[in-house]
Amino acid sequence: MESIIPYYARWIREGKLQVSSEWNKNLKVKFTVQDPCNLVRKTFGDALAEDLRFTLKACVGEENFIDMNPSMSNNYCCGGGGGFLQNPYKEERIQYGQKKLDQIVATAADYCISPCHNCHSQIHELAEMAPHHWHTLHLWTIICLAAGVLCRNERTYLGDDLREVNIPEWDETEFL
Amino acid sequence: MSKEPVVIKKKKEKTFKDIVMEKLPDGGNLNACLTCGTCAAGCPATGLHGMDPRKIVRLAALGMDEELKKTPWAWLCSMCTRCVYACPMNVNIPQLVFNMRAAWPREERPRGILRSCDVALGTDTCSAMGFPVQDFIDVVEEMLEGVRTQPGFEDLQAPIDKQGAYFLVNQNSREPGTEPEEMIPLWKILHMVGADWTYSSKGWAAENYCLFLADDDGWKEITRRAAEAAEELGVQSFVNTE
Ligand code: SF4
Ligand code: SF4
Repeated sequence: MESIIPYYARWIREGKLQVSSEWNKNLKVKFTVQDPCNLVRKTFGDALAEDLRFTLKACVGEENFIDMNPSMSNNYCCGGGGGFLQNPYKEERIQYGQKKLDQIVATAADYCISPCHNCHSQIHELAEMAPHHWHTLHLWTIICLAAGVLCRNERTYLGDDLREVNIPEWDETEFL
Repeated sequence: MSKEPVVIKKKKEKTFKDIVMEKLPDGGNLNACLTCGTCAAGCPATGLHGMDPRKIVRLAALGMDEELKKTPWAWLCSMCTRCVYACPMNVNIPQLVFNMRAAWPREERPRGILRSCDVALGTDTCSAMGFPVQDFIDVVEEMLEGVRTQPGFEDLQAPIDKQGAYFLVNQNSREPGTEPEEMIPLWKILHMVGADWTYSSKGWAAENYCLFLADDDGWKEITRRAAEAAEELGVQSFVNTE
């Protein structure tokens, strides 16, 4: 079993996946990233966390990436894992997520990339309770945006700030 | 006075900790705790229901098995392993917690997790949402039609059961189930890099709730089905997309 993330990084390094952070040069939208426990600490370690950051920085620009503290193998679990989202202890799950919420707020990022589905759901929910709202995105969404192939109808999780940014010139769809 | 030495009968019953230690490599180092509290300091579940990982290890050491087997905290620890990573003695708290979960009668474990596990076991696709093979094929077909109208993606493929593909790609059921358009960016990436990939009709679902349920037979069965699909298709690599 492999993760797709090191492949993203490799394809970018090999030039097969052509992404550019030009779109964010003036916008300066800030991004942070969650290290999924199952992928990073529990399985592939910091090497995967590095590939994750390499991929994201290539898409949004090095200067627009703000890391969480602590990060990589030391990062906190978001509280969406281990079946938390399917158990009846919702209040506890939100309390558990407080550490993650504080971490993301401290980055002041506009977007939190969550390459895992459980993290995505939990972090998306935590944003509702945060003093400053952030948007939660899958990694593939930002890759396609940076590759200039993300249509309007694939932007459900993007905020208003990025709805019309780097739209493929042939895209005539409407925002969903 | 008898010259026989006094023999103190030591008929000590095994504690929960002893039983768990027999299952784990190096006994999970469950006897090695220094009570330093590093685990509790960095655990997001600390304080929930008045419990924390250091206390859990103490309960185990003191043989307070009833408390251990009953506390709902077993479901509040996400088994994220941050504590082990930080622990100077490598005490395997999440494995202890996994076994605490397993000590609950199956039908008393949290219903949502139980249902997701049972539903996955009951369908070929292993989808915790019970998403059947045909629906998966249909939704992929429908999404494909849309994306192929876009310039540069006219020949985009999202094969199911393509024999001998290089990658077998899995997918969380929530995508085909509730937000199918989220599959498209992934497909576009695979298309742009020219990857030779396929889904499998059986066992494509990425989630494994039986693992969270601490149902050993169940999670092995889910894993077995996915591995079997990979073998049948003769792929080189099984790629997890989340
Ligand atoms: S960090 Fe390790 S040694 Fe310290 S209290 Fe926790 S389990 Fe014990
Ligand atoms: S595995 Fe459990 S006890 Fe350890 S840090 Fe994570 S939530 Fe806390």
